Amino acid sequence: MTIALSVVDLTRDFDVSAPWLNRVIERKPKAFLRAVDDISFEVPLGSCLSLVGESGCGKSTVARLVTGLYRPSSGTIKFSAGKTGAPLSAQMIFQDPFASLNPRWRVFDVIAEPLREFGLRKGTTAIAGRVAELLTTVGLSPNDGRKFPHEFSGGQRQRISIARALAGEPEFLVCDEPTSALDVSVQAQILNLMRRLQDEMGLTYLFISHDMSVVRHMSNQIAVMYLGRIVEQAATEQLFADPKHPYTRMLLETIPNVRNPKRQREAPAGEVPSPMNPPSGCTFHTRCPLADGRCKVERPEMRAYPGGSRVACHRVAESMAALAVPA
Amino acid sequence: MSSPVARDRIASANPAQPLPRPGRWARLRSSDLWWSFTHKPSAMIAAAVLVFLIVTAFAAPLIAPQNTYDPAELVLWNSEIPPIWTADGQMPFLLGTDTQGRDILSAILYGSRVSILIGIGSVILSLAVGLSLGLMAGYFGGFIDNILMRIGDVLLSIPTILIAILVSAMAMQALPPELREVGAAGVLILAITLSGWVQYARMVRAQTAVERNKEYVQAAQLLKVPSRRIMLYHILPNTLTPIMVAATLNFGLAILTEATLSFLGIGMPVSQPSLGTLIRLGNQFLFSGVWWVVIFPVVQLCFIVVSVNVLGDWLRDALNPKLR
Repeated sequence: MTIALSVVDLTRDFDVSAPWLNRVIERKPKAFLRAVDDISFEVPLGSCLSLVGESGCGKSTVARLVTGLYRPSSGTIKFSAGKTGAPLSAQMIFQDPFASLNPRWRVFDVIAEPLREFGLRKGTTAIAGRVAELLTTVGLSPNDGRKFPHEFSGGQRQRISIARALAGEPEFLVCDEPTSALDVSVQAQILNLMRRLQDEMGLTYLFISHDMSVVRHMSNQIAVMYLGRIVEQAATEQLFADPKHPYTRMLLETIPNVRNPKRQREAPAGEVPSPMNPPSGCTFHTRCPLADGRCKVERPEMRAYPGGSRVACHRVAESMAALAVPA
Repeated sequence: MSSPVARDRIASANPAQPLPRPGRWARLRSSDLWWSFTHKPSAMIAAAVLVFLIVTAFAAPLIAPQNTYDPAELVLWNSEIPPIWTADGQMPFLLGTDTQGRDILSAILYGSRVSILIGIGSVILSLAVGLSLGLMAGYFGGFIDNILMRIGDVLLSIPTILIAILVSAMAMQALPPELREVGAAGVLILAITLSGWVQYARMVRAQTAVERNKEYVQAAQLLKVPSRRIMLYHILPNTLTPIMVAATLNFGLAILTEATLSFLGIGMPVSQPSLGTLIRLGNQFLFSGVWWVVIFPVVQLCFIVVSVNVLGDWLRDALNPKLR
């Protein structure tokens, strides 16, 4: 199994200080927000790793770090060599289909931009041909190229967004909640399109979502994030069958069940604490039903367990140790 | 959305060749802006008046009875002739003459040309300076933003007319005497621009700061499009709507500022009078009964400024999505 992307000890701080004059007058120190805190993961070539978590847990920041829109504060992001020998090229599909297309540009120009910037096609006819081909690939008509983005629905815009990402001939696609702004029926179409493209082109995905059922449909591996840290990472079916971290269990509780819609469910308790002032020890201890004194002071390390999952939780470590002792 | 299968069928029936684009004129005719223009009589009248005034001003050398720049054409015994419809009126002085024997109609045509040129020049220069500085301030933010906007604040805190007086007075002194007449228009354009750019810079900066965080800009950054091109081709077109309105209204304002400066005697020299200079000259004779020397330039100035303002107001309403 070749690794397409390896991320090691990635951290990103944002300067959220008040303006200089206010700081001087009010005698406040500089303030930093740690959006991504020391995370490591690997994405195998041709597979899909999903990052899940509630709003504000740093998923989108990871996406922008991986694509290079943000610089990491520390840690490394390494793409392995692609077909041509150069590092894999990454492109991105954005969350909001209404903000991700320039409202003043025709769809043709939106999709042609990567072709022109990277010099992938030379000459007007070659570019026109390639744009028509890309529009057809994502299920639109070549004639749609001369329209403006506002003439399309959300799902169609997301198709245009995908066509633009594909125009850059990427081998790696970062998808930042590509379906969260869409109707459920349209979500399925877009997800199926993305699966099809993955099969046909051998793409590798880093998929960001907060929707556990979407993630289950798309991914091979899932990493659960909480307040900038990965708390559990496992193969998809492993994670759904045997969620270990209390936070993962809480997230899985939120998935509606068609067969048993009125089952007893525990709504996720509490709010995500402010990342400006994260809790001590295990950051989840404020909402965790299993937390005790140790969780409040000692930060749990990431440990690997049988079945291939990695979890950062004292309780899981303790119960596994208890099981292991008699044997 | 329509099903992708149906779309594919359309696509295969109509292979890869996009339909021809409609021409520019056809697109203008079908645009919302044109519709709103043709349904607003005041805008159409204002546009007609403005076009007429601009065309006659620029055609002054062809249609004016007299070349007011040529002292040889001024004949003193033709001085103080009243307009043609009064008892003492004489051809070819339709609107009469001033104390130098200068034909008022010709002076107004040439003077409008000077005024309009200075108006257009200062708006274009203010736009160029304001848009580029505003884009940079909004896009890069931080230090550059602080410096540029504080400079703008300082300029805004001084009244426009005061800055203009200061600049034109200083520039006129700095210029060698033989260049003063030639450079007068340029100095005025510069003086009006110096305070005029700030408004554009502020508007563009605010809009740019919003647009630069939108995902379409990030998509362009991912393609490694250079910052200059992102600003010009991605962000600028999305900030232009309010700028167009402001530029139109400021065109009228610039003509007025120029007229004020010339009226105060620090604008255009007597040898190449603008409307403001004509008003200043005529003002001296207003109470001696020679009213036509001052009234007609004033009327011309009013027509230009009012028609520009009516057009600007229409544009503001037409481009406001809430009023559609």
